[in-house]
Amino acid sequence: MNGVLILLPIALGLGLMGLASFFWAMRSGQFEDPDGAASRILIDDDGGPEA
Amino acid sequence: MSAATARQQSQLETSVLAVPGAHCAGCMSKIERGLGQLPQVASARLNLTSRLLTVVHDATLDDRQLVDELERIGFAAKRQPRALEKPFSAVKPLLGPLAVAGFAGMNVMLLSVSVWSGADGSTRDLFHWISALIGVPAVAYAGRPFFQSAWSALKHGRTNMDVPISIGVTIACLLSLYETATHGEHAWFDGALMLLAFLLAGRVLDAMMRDRARGAVDALLSQAAQGALVVRDGGALEWLPAEALEPGMIMRVAAGERLAADGEILAGASRFDQSLLTGETAPVAIARGGTALAGTLNLDAPVDVVVSHAGRDTTLAEIARLMEASTQNRSKYVRLADRAARWYAPAVHTLAASAVVGWLIAGASLYQSLVIGVAVLIITCPCALGLAVPVAQVVASGSLLRAGIMVKDGSALERLATIDRALLDKTGTLTVGRPQPDPAALDALPADAATVALALASHSRHPVSRALCDELARRGVKPAAVTNVVEEPGQGMRGLLDGQPVALRRPEGASSTAVAIDLPGKPLRLVPFADRLRDDACEALGRLEGQGITCSILSGDAAPAVAEVARQTGLTGQASATPADKQHAIALLQGAGHKVLMVGDGLNDGPALAAADVSMAPGSASDVGMQAADLVFVQGSLTAIPKALKAARFTMQVVRQNFALAIGYNALAVPLALAGMVTPLIAAAAMSLSSLLVVANSLRLVRAAK
Repeated sequence: MNGVLILLPIALGLGLMGLASFFWAMRSGQFEDPDGAASRILIDDDGGPEA
Repeated sequence: MSAATARQQSQLETSVLAVPGAHCAGCMSKIERGLGQLPQVASARLNLTSRLLTVVHDATLDDRQLVDELERIGFAAKRQPRALEKPFSAVKPLLGPLAVAGFAGMNVMLLSVSVWSGADGSTRDLFHWISALIGVPAVAYAGRPFFQSAWSALKHGRTNMDVPISIGVTIACLLSLYETATHGEHAWFDGALMLLAFLLAGRVLDAMMRDRARGAVDALLSQAAQGALVVRDGGALEWLPAEALEPGMIMRVAAGERLAADGEILAGASRFDQSLLTGETAPVAIARGGTALAGTLNLDAPVDVVVSHAGRDTTLAEIARLMEASTQNRSKYVRLADRAARWYAPAVHTLAASAVVGWLIAGASLYQSLVIGVAVLIITCPCALGLAVPVAQVVASGSLLRAGIMVKDGSALERLATIDRALLDKTGTLTVGRPQPDPAALDALPADAATVALALASHSRHPVSRALCDELARRGVKPAAVTNVVEEPGQGMRGLLDGQPVALRRPEGASSTAVAIDLPGKPLRLVPFADRLRDDACEALGRLEGQGITCSILSGDAAPAVAEVARQTGLTGQASATPADKQHAIALLQGAGHKVLMVGDGLNDGPALAAADVSMAPGSASDVGMQAADLVFVQGSLTAIPKALKAARFTMQVVRQNFALAIGYNALAVPLALAGMVTPLIAAAAMSLSSLLVVANSLRLVRAAK
């Protein structure tokens, strides 16, 4: 029983963290452009000082 | 310095442009970097999912210049009207509830499993209380889409599928709270949450498919700039969007451009293609003083037009009004799921009530009888029934989308499955809709004439040149090295080949559309142009007939042109029909009890497309045609019509099987519930099993469009 009392809040807390991060991702517009996000990492952005 | 920066900041503007051609990381980087190099552009970001480009730029740069710049980079773009800038997505408001229902459902289910496997006493109470703590707020949040829809239906004295769902979920929660408070044995939070998660998943999928189809159609909408070059006092030229045009302004319309407003020709003379407006294929010659209409295509020479009507006063807007009136007709259609709910909801509610009364009469306590009544309501909560229609439609629409047929409207497949009559527009639907070079004349063309024609035509944006260019390039002709190419508006193209003059021009005195190829020392070669039937029109019509559909032609074109197509296809036809005539023809058929499919592309088909029971448009259709149609096919082949019809009928067959499965599940579970033998475990198992069955059955539609 003691184990349950510790484990339950931990399990629920972890789940809530996942749920909270999903909402954060949704609010911050990460679901606006799923295709673009997948492709954007492929862009070879030399960036920084121009060569 | 800082003041200057601040002033520049305040002049920044945001423009949204649609770039339908962008589809990969390469396009994205080309566009963003290409625009980023312009000094006036602060930032450019492309959304690859919606194909919308957001540019923050200095106010001195207008949208027209951005479109030109994108064209230079290699992408066709168009300005997005303000209203469309943020396309409404049905998915987003459902994602939060789905996530909450999923999270809460999983946690409560874990707790329930330990209760089912024997936890009792204070442990069970604790688990029930935790479940209630998670379940009640989660149901309140995740159930909102259902509660709202059910409430608005009830307010209007109607009922839909969301009514029994809302009642079932609410009662399950209330009963579970009571059980929890009284140290009872059964709590139903897991079932309620799982039901919501299943149903929300079905709706999210449905909304995603709808968004994708709509996005694909938006991408097809006209590439042409909706606006005109306006001649200001002193001869300065300025590009204005269509909304900003006012009567009295002078538009300069180049050959190959569409008019943005009605007007009177002030200078120049040209021929205009009015096929989008009237369905008529023969170009109409209009000289100085004549009236040219918005939406028509200027074919030959640049003209100056004084705007007489703009915006909501144009002939175009008149057609739009005619359409709005008939769209209201269609919204009266009641979807299959809601028609099922009309008898389903009262039936289960009566059943639950009679269970309570029956057990009371049989001598059970009030509490026992109520628990049984509630169990009946929970077990009949239409989980599988709620998935029966959307899942089948999602799978079928996805299959059609891959085959190049976009299903824009949720109930389109239901309505398509019932049709028995089809009316087809001629210009642009049965036919290609553009003048095409005569294949026989091209076959007979000597190689040198073909290479010169291609070289000259490739320098012009005139529709006839473009058609010739495309067709010659398709035949593998390589352009000759023609230099000094000049376009003479209304006449044709001239150039030099090895120092000798060559020309591609309009033949003298020809009444029909044709081009003449003029080579030094060679006889003049003539290539006639005509609109022709789509390649597989006859095959598609044959298949439709095999499916029991009677087809006929409904065209705004003149009788001889319609008669020619009617002869080739073997259909009957009505010619010279105005948009109102077309609407009337459909109303007559509907009055006689027919369900009518309208296939059309033009502006003049808009009202008919909106009035028919269901409508289709080719991807080459006008914006109005595409927006009015329920389905849009992009492959350019008319076989899309029988294909879509077959898929729609198959879908409705699967939907009926799904209903049978869901009702079969009820037939098994309801007697258990009536006998008072249903526990939360049985409810959860039965609910999942019936939902899985329905989903699995719907997956058979993956190849529906094959």
